[in-house]
Amino acid sequence: MPAPQPRPALEALRAQVSRLEGQSRRRRGALPFGVPEIDGRLPDGGLALGALHEVAGGGHDALNAAASGLFSAGIAARTRGKVLWIATRQDLYAPALQQVGLSARRTIYVAASSDVDVLACFEEALRHQGLGAVVAEVARLSMTASRRLQLAAETSGALGIAIRRWRRQTDAADFGQPTASVTRWRVSVLPSVLLPVPGVGRSRWLLELIRARAGECADFEVEACDAKGRLAPCRLALPAALADRPDQEAAGHRRARA
Amino acid sequence: MLSVDLAARRLGLRPGTPVAKAQALHPDLLIMDADPDDDRAGLERLALWFQHRIAPIVAPDPPDGIVLDTTGADHLHGGEAAMLENMVTRLKEAGITARAAIADTWGAAHALARYGRGRITLVPPGETAAAIADLPIEALRLPADIIDGLHGLGMSRIGPLAGMPRAPLALRFGPDVARRLDQAFGRQAEAIVPVRLQAPVQVSRNFAEPISAAETIARYITKLVPPLCAGLEEREQGVRRLDLLLHRVDSRTEAVRVATAMPVRDVRRLTRLLCDRIETIDPGFGIERMVLTASLAEPILHRQGVSALIEEEEADVSDLIDTLANRVGMQALYRFAPVESDVPERAVCRVPALAPEDTREWPDHWPRPTRLLPRPEPIQTMAVLPDHPPVFFIWRGIRRRIRCADGPERVFGEWWKGDAELTTVRDYFRVEDTSGETFWVYRTGDGEHGETGSQGWFLHGLFE
Repeated sequence: MPAPQPRPALEALRAQVSRLEGQSRRRRGALPFGVPEIDGRLPDGGLALGALHEVAGGGHDALNAAASGLFSAGIAARTRGKVLWIATRQDLYAPALQQVGLSARRTIYVAASSDVDVLACFEEALRHQGLGAVVAEVARLSMTASRRLQLAAETSGALGIAIRRWRRQTDAADFGQPTASVTRWRVSVLPSVLLPVPGVGRSRWLLELIRARAGECADFEVEACDAKGRLAPCRLALPAALADRPDQEAAGHRRARA
Repeated sequence: MLSVDLAARRLGLRPGTPVAKAQALHPDLLIMDADPDDDRAGLERLALWFQHRIAPIVAPDPPDGIVLDTTGADHLHGGEAAMLENMVTRLKEAGITARAAIADTWGAAHALARYGRGRITLVPPGETAAAIADLPIEALRLPADIIDGLHGLGMSRIGPLAGMPRAPLALRFGPDVARRLDQAFGRQAEAIVPVRLQAPVQVSRNFAEPISAAETIARYITKLVPPLCAGLEEREQGVRRLDLLLHRVDSRTEAVRVATAMPVRDVRRLTRLLCDRIETIDPGFGIERMVLTASLAEPILHRQGVSALIEEEEADVSDLIDTLANRVGMQALYRFAPVESDVPERAVCRVPALAPEDTREWPDHWPRPTRLLPRPEPIQTMAVLPDHPPVFFIWRGIRRRIRCADGPERVFGEWWKGDAELTTVRDYFRVEDTSGETFWVYRTGDGEHGETGSQGWFLHGLFE
C-alpha cells in the first residue's frame, strides 16, 4: 500500500483530538523499528514510549509464545535500562534472548503464581521510573485492567509489552476483545527462504498490526530479529530492503544467487 | 539417662534407662553429664537464629523445642510446606535432627511435632481438633505426676480425655489439665513471648483507644517509620528486615514482616512496604500498641555516584524489587546467569535479582530456542541414521513434515557429574516444518553405538 499523503487539515484535527484526550503533555517519544515501512505506519514514527502494547502469536504460537516472545525481546533489547519480564510459566531460555541482544544482566524475571499477580506486578513495574521496558505474559486482559496499565505507563514513560499467551487454542479468540492498548500486534511465522545449501535460513515473520491508536492497520513481512546477538539495535528488515544493509549483505547475496 | 543418640538407640538403649545398667551392657559407652543451663542457652541461640531467618515471634520451648508464630511470614519462604522443609533441612545440615509441625495453636503444634506421624506435619486451619485427638496425653505438656494419674484412670489419648467432664478432673488434678486442653484446641489464647536480640532499633506507640481502621494503621505507620530511620542513621545502618508487631486488646499479637534486598533507610520506601501489607492484618477488637523493630540491620554501603557528565546514571530499581518481593516472595524474582556447561538445561542458573553482575555470556555460535520445555518431550520420528535430521515427527498428536534442518550439534554427557553420563551423547537438530515453525529436537545417542543412549528422539525447545 502507498504511504499516506500528509494532509494539513487532517493533521490539525488530529492534534485537536489528542489535546482533548489530554495526551499532548504526556507524549514521551517513540522507539522506532528502524524499518521505514513500519515506522511510517505508526503515528509516532515507532512504538510509543509510556504506553501499553500488545503482542500475540498466530496459530500454535498463541500457546507457545515463542515468536511473539522473541519479537518482544527484540523490542526490549533496544530500550535503555533494566527490563522486567513477568510470567507465570518459566520456560524462557535466556541464551536465546542474549542472541537478540537482550543481555541476561539487564533482565529481571518475576515468577508470578497467577494472572492476577502478573497484572499487579505489571502495573507496579510500569509505575516505576527506572525501567526500560516491562514485558508480561498474560492470558486474559480486560478493558479495565489494560486501562490501568496504560495509565500507569503514561505516568512513568516505560514501554509496556503484554504478550498474550493462552493455555488453550480456543481461548485465543479472546484477542478479538477490545483493550486500551496503543498498538496490537500479531506475529505469525512464515516459511524461511530456502538456502542453496542444507540448513535453516533466517526466520521470517508476518507482522500484523491489528490495531494502532490514531493509525491504520497493516501487514508486514519481515525477517526475524537479528540472530547474531550483536549489541547493535535489533533490526527488522524487509526482504526488499535487505541488500543495502551492511550487516546483511552476505545473506542478501546468498539469496540473490538462490 | 536423659537422651541417647542414634548409635546408642541402635544398641537398644532408651532414655530413662539407669546409667549403671547401660554401662553394664556396653562398657565402652560415652556418657556426658546433663547440663540443662547450657541446653537452655543453646536453645535460645537457635531461637535467635530462627528469628533471624524465619519469623519475628520466636520463643524457646524447653527442654527440646522452639515455637514460632509464622503467621504473616510464610509467604517470604514460598508457603508453609516449603518453609518447614527448609527449616528441617537446614537443621539437618547443622547436625540437628528435627521434626516440625504447623497448627492453629502452640499446644497442637507442640503435640504434633513430638508425637505426630511424619517428620513434617501440616494441619490446615480449623482441623486441629481432629489432628490431635489420636495423640497420647504425654503430648499435652502436663507434669509427669498428672500424666501418671491419668494413666491410672485408663486415659491414654487426648480425644477421650477432652470428652470427659471437667469438674471431676479439676477436682482431682487441679486446673492444669483443662487449661492445657483448651490451649491445644484453641479455646484459650496463649501468648508467645519472643526472644530478643540485644537492643535492636525499636520504636513503639501506645494508643489510649484501640485502633482498627486500615487508614489509622497506615497513619501510625507513617509516624513510626521516621524515628526508626533516625535511630538507624545514628548507627549508620539500613534495614534488611523490618517487623511490625501489633498488640491487640485481646492480648494476641499480629505480625507483619517485610524484607529488603539491600539495606534501606528511606522513610518513604519503608512506609510503602509496610502499608502494602496492611490488608494482611486482622485487627480483631482493636490494636492498643504498635511496635516497629528493625530486626535485621546492616551497614549501608555508600557508592560513588556518576561523576562524568557524559555517563548516564543507571536507574536504581531496588525499591521496585522490594515491593514486588513482598508481594510474590524474594525467590520469585531472579536473573539468569551463565554456567559453563554444554548441556542446555544446565547452562543457566538463577541468581538473586540484585546479585552482582558478572561479565560472562553464553557462547553464541549456535542458535538457541526461545522457549525451552521444562522436560524434553518424546516424539515419534523417521530419520536416516546416524547423522541425518528426521524427515517428519509427531509431537502432541500433530504430524509435521520437515522442510529444512540444521545440525547435528553434538553434546556429550558430563562424565564428572556421574557415571551414568560417562558415554551419553545428544545430537541436537534445529528443524523447520512446512508451516515455518522451528523446533529444537535431539536424539539420545550417536545413532551407531547402543551405549551412548537409547536412540530415542525428543523435542526440547521452540524457536518461533
